Amino acid sequence: MTPFTYARARDSAEAVHLASSAGAKFLGGGTNLVDLMRETVENPQSLVDVTGLSREIEELADGGLMIGAAASNTAVAEHQAVRTRYPLLTRAILAGASGQIRNMATVGGNMLQRTRCAYFYDDAARCNKRVLGEGCDAIDGFNRMHAILGASPSCVATHPSDMCVALAALGAVVHLKSASGTRAVQLVDLHRLPGGRPDRETVLEPGELITAVQIAPLSAARRSTYRKVRDRSSYAFALVAAAAALDIEDDATVREVRLALGGVAHKPWRALTAEAMLKGTRLTPTMLRAAAEAELADAAPLRDNGFKIELAKRTIVAVLTELAGERMA
Amino acid sequence: MSITINGKSVSLPADMRVSLLDLLREHLHLSGTKKGCNQGACGACTVLVDGERILSCLALAVQYDGRSVTSIEGLAAEGDFHPLQRAFMEHDGFQCGYCTPGQICSAIGMAAEMRRGLPSVLTADLAAPEIALDRDELRERMSGNLCRCGAHNGIMDAIAQAIAMGEAK
Repeated sequence: MTPFTYARARDSAEAVHLASSAGAKFLGGGTNLVDLMRETVENPQSLVDVTGLSREIEELADGGLMIGAAASNTAVAEHQAVRTRYPLLTRAILAGASGQIRNMATVGGNMLQRTRCAYFYDDAARCNKRVLGEGCDAIDGFNRMHAILGASPSCVATHPSDMCVALAALGAVVHLKSASGTRAVQLVDLHRLPGGRPDRETVLEPGELITAVQIAPLSAARRSTYRKVRDRSSYAFALVAAAAALDIEDDATVREVRLALGGVAHKPWRALTAEAMLKGTRLTPTMLRAAAEAELADAAPLRDNGFKIELAKRTIVAVLTELAGERMA
Repeated sequence: MSITINGKSVSLPADMRVSLLDLLREHLHLSGTKKGCNQGACGACTVLVDGERILSCLALAVQYDGRSVTSIEGLAAEGDFHPLQRAFMEHDGFQCGYCTPGQICSAIGMAAEMRRGLPSVLTADLAAPEIALDRDELRERMSGNLCRCGAHNGIMDAIAQAIAMGEAK
């Protein structure tokens, strides 16, 4: 591990000030960054510990929630308002990592975790994310975990978060702070597709800090869940995951539907095509399958991950069938 | 800057790179906490910080300034065993023993999570105030602790017994 200096920020203003020097990085629970530093994939010159910033989970007057970026993953999953109003978020968080890691990991850190592509971790392999322009050994390598949507000739890595898939479905907003002020971006716009710059994973500017994530009220989310398909039944990253919320009338008309996929792309994948096809229609198995087909129409397989395309379609159908229950036409 | 380890105040290392695990093992010679993978995959390094289970390999010691850490050495008085240690012996909850300290610290943290009603991904009713103690729940909640000898069945028996008897604390 390369030597670094360490400072603990008392508030977000101090954190942004401390991180203004080149080579600074924010440190949350450390569950990803410390590992990457030990592998010398990340070599920050200074760490700004932001675990002392707001970890409050505030119930807003409009019925939504404001979650401080330093809140632990466990604290968010456990919160009564999340469990009752946004069960997909509780289930997504609890489907990720292990009890120990969820206790350490922060919400901000979860969003900014790096891909688990093995070639990114292996400095004997080529990786455009580590060294832009050197090439990608995953594209022709062992790539059954890799992306089927939105990939580029530069990078086929996936974003590993479960929590972010639920936040994408919920239309969450991420609050940011930098030396030049504050701004807010949609969670689905926080992460980038790789294009020619897979080293740039988010739209954050250098030194910009995530301070909170805001979730708007969504009555459909009361009937919501998260389904994660993986190689073993616990403590594994997703092959494919789906976060879904459904508000359906007795006659099967879809009042509101939210759907996002994990394990398929460089970012949490909001399934807007499928949502648009399903909203306002009567939900039938045929309609559901057609929506899944349309969402995956542009999916492109690599050598080892072609199975993910059918798996993603079936996961979409399964999760919405589960939520529709007896109301499916 | 100091950290409390098993009730004793300890100075933090000058080198910011020292993990909580290396502070315990290399600086304080508390070698009960084990270094398995050193990358957050195996759970052998699990300790309790203010009662919550964490992975000491992914924790920079400096981040835990002012906190209270309990390792396997801090669970029972000198010369005695913690009830979970006895339960692991009764139920053959180990062969080589390398994962055992992490399993026991994790089980104590996990039992506290269950007592306060934290659901798991398997919990059907997220609004339920109490969690049913069944084997699938225990296995899911302990999935961050690997045993490569294959003693998981004995480990589950030991933990289930200790929780049922109110001794997993």
